[in-house]
Amino acid sequence: MDVPSILQRLSDRFGPQITGSNLEAIDPWIEVAADALPEVCRFLRDEPELRFNMLNCITGVDYLQVDPKRKLECEPHVEVIYHLTSLVCKHRLVLKVRLPRWKDGIEGQLPEVPSVAGIWSTANWHEREVYDLSGIYFTGHPDLRRILCPEDWVGHPLRKDYQMPTEYHGIRAR
Amino acid sequence: MSLERIDPETVEFDVRTDEILINMGPQHPSTHGVLRVVVRADGEVVSEVTPHIGYLHRCAEKIGENVTPRQWIPYTDRMDYLAGMNMNLGWALTVEKLLRLEVPERARHLRVLIAELGRIASHLVAAGTYGLDLGSFTPFMYCFREREKILDLFELACGARLTYSYITVGGVTADLPAGWLDQCEAFLRQFEPVIDELHAVLTSNAIFIRRTAKIGILPPEVAISYGCTGPVLRGSGVDWDLRRDGEPWYTKMYEGYRFEVIAQVSGHYPQDHKYPPVPAAAVLGDSWHRFYVRMLEVVQSVDLVRQAIERYRGSPPDCGAPVRLTQKLPKGEAYLETEAPKGQMGFMIISDGAAIPWRVRARSSSFCNLSVTSELCRGCLIADVPAVLGSLDIVLGEIDR
Repeated sequence: MDVPSILQRLSDRFGPQITGSNLEAIDPWIEVAADALPEVCRFLRDEPELRFNMLNCITGVDYLQVDPKRKLECEPHVEVIYHLTSLVCKHRLVLKVRLPRWKDGIEGQLPEVPSVAGIWSTANWHEREVYDLSGIYFTGHPDLRRILCPEDWVGHPLRKDYQMPTEYHGIRAR
Repeated sequence: MSLERIDPETVEFDVRTDEILINMGPQHPSTHGVLRVVVRADGEVVSEVTPHIGYLHRCAEKIGENVTPRQWIPYTDRMDYLAGMNMNLGWALTVEKLLRLEVPERARHLRVLIAELGRIASHLVAAGTYGLDLGSFTPFMYCFREREKILDLFELACGARLTYSYITVGGVTADLPAGWLDQCEAFLRQFEPVIDELHAVLTSNAIFIRRTAKIGILPPEVAISYGCTGPVLRGSGVDWDLRRDGEPWYTKMYEGYRFEVIAQVSGHYPQDHKYPPVPAAAVLGDSWHRFYVRMLEVVQSVDLVRQAIERYRGSPPDCGAPVRLTQKLPKGEAYLETEAPKGQMGFMIISDGAAIPWRVRARSSSFCNLSVTSELCRGCLIADVPAVLGSLDIVLGEIDR
């Protein structure tokens, strides 16, 4: 099934929870409201015509302009991108969730999105990675710990406003 | 060793055991790099395996936000450092997808040729070190001897033996030197009998079969749920290979090539070559099958290299030019997965219109393949943990990025 038909199916079923889409992009994507994500994902996985049984990748992207030379044509926000594949129907889909950079606008409070680890087991480690590097909190995750950085690391390196520490346990960092 | 030959109740009756935590790594030779595994075991029986990763983390994705796509190619070399060429290819194709750039005919065949040689080299390391994990030293030497010859060929082509940066955005950095194809053909002629030797010392070796058959059985639905790809997925009988089933940006590279996807479908493997028989002890999805899939893929790759050589010879002498470093990237996002030797390696590039990407992402195949370890090791013996880990063929440079 191609992405426009999938979008149609999702819009019929979830209505306003499908908050946007871009079908002209290189990889066409569909944007979903954070609260509806687990339901949408379960539908995508279990619906006989969709059968998205594999979650390939979860990516966190931070949109914040820190370099004045670069022009970013959007408000500061973070995005979580899910790449899905169906090994049965041989089709692909990109799902996006748009979140504020900080929960309730309070700096330091990580934005929240429901975990999909119960739907695809691979999300467990991928969500830990996105939490670790991009600073997005996955509610309902069974074991949300840092995975690549040490447990006592401060900050989330892939945030655009991340400051490199000058030292770590007596090791000079720069 | 397998669990069924030791009745846990008899053991319990004779010896009182306590639950203990055993730390393997990060400097344990059988963990294939700096991987730390905490094993929870009751006597000899493992109940839980927790991998701790990140010892090799360099945050390559952050580096990618500060350099142009071509400057990031050397960093991809250092992800799966046993198959640097395939990493270069994955990233180059992703950027080309964003740029909507087609490479010339000769570059396409050259890429197939190089990528398949890379696959052979990577699978040889997998087979050799797996033998080493299970206590046989000879196959390791045989495999590394052959791999050296592939590295020699790569060195002739691009000057490097491990971190190549040869396949680049827009083509390859240089055409092959004169006489290279003849050397490559000579290598293939000499290499084919060696595969049979490896089958004799590993695949159909009675001790090897007893150490791997029925160990770490991975059902197909669990493999898919954990995002396992490559030989790990196909070893569970799932007929899925991106070279055939991938996105057109990748599969058009293999257009016109003849090859079989190595997976056991409806009870048997492809019959296009004379492969050793599947032993009665092995069940689909166990460590032995994962190993077997790799060995059979080596044969397929040899075929593909031969076809690529033939096509390369018949193509006009233009193998593309690397894009300029200052090349502005179009605004947009592109994600592409390629069939790297260890599984599906995905790269993503997000651009805001500048020459330097806004965000790059590397989806590691070994990362997903490793995450299934805990499932596989539950209930096996401590001595089988290296047998399971080795059968997944992980490389930590790619997991930690």
